[in-house]
Amino acid sequence: MQVAWIWGLAGGLLIGLGAAVYLLGNGRIMGASGILGGLVDSTDRTAERLAFVAGLIGMPLVLWLFMSPAPQTHLTGNLPVVIIAGVLVGVGTRIANGCTSGHGVCGISRFSLRGIVATLIYIGSGAVTLYLLRHMLGWV
Amino acid sequence: MRVLISLLAGSLFGAGLLISGMTDTTKVQGWLDVFGNWDPTLAFVMGGAILPMLIAWKIAARGQPLTGGKYPQASRPELDRRLVVGSVMFGMGWGLSGLCPGPAIASVTYGGIGGVVFLIAMIAGMFAAPVVGAQLDRAANPA
Repeated sequence: MQVAWIWGLAGGLLIGLGAAVYLLGNGRIMGASGILGGLVDSTDRTAERLAFVAGLIGMPLVLWLFMSPAPQTHLTGNLPVVIIAGVLVGVGTRIANGCTSGHGVCGISRFSLRGIVATLIYIGSGAVTLYLLRHMLGWV
Repeated sequence: MRVLISLLAGSLFGAGLLISGMTDTTKVQGWLDVFGNWDPTLAFVMGGAILPMLIAWKIAARGQPLTGGKYPQASRPELDRRLVVGSVMFGMGWGLSGLCPGPAIASVTYGGIGGVVFLIAMIAGMFAAPVVGAQLDRAANPA
């Protein structure tokens, strides 16, 4: 637990490095929802998007296989909650045109007002949702 | 070349998400749980990720991408109803589950059945988003 922040910082640097490679190499914003969403509703740059998703799935799997103890996601087993949350994340990130990577990492580092405002709103919304459901209702 | 760059960027992103602990929903919900057992890890991850990008945007300010073309322009108008409503919805789902799109994709092979169900629901939401967005625009500008 004491070293969690060091791993957080190291992992964060890798995430930022990935975003920098994507920006300086391809001239694109590295946003997970945008790249996946583009596969859903456009035929633009499909090969690039698929390659990105392949790396995003493949690399953690390879590392996960060699890590001991193997990291767990600890996702709730309540499937209706999982489905509702998944739909909200899918709809919300596409309407807002960005998520934690696009608006958060790439937007804030550009001092983009949109990125900063979106990040404040989804963190606030997430905190309020968790407070209501966990501490008021005891559901999650 | 663009495909290889995409593969490399996705791999770095995925490695970072796993190593930082961001595919562990208890860490993410711990960050959002301001009134509970608050976990500051996410702030370090976000800070660490922003550092290389601060430099990248500086480099981007002069010149063009390696594979040609142009860097993306900031969108206008900056703030609108879609940004606000979408981010509120995203935050609700994020708080409920502790998953956002990057970690949901990154952990799909080791997140069990729940992780697969989340990813499918998220993609279904992405299919529905244009309809919801159009409703939102209609509510903003009644005919």
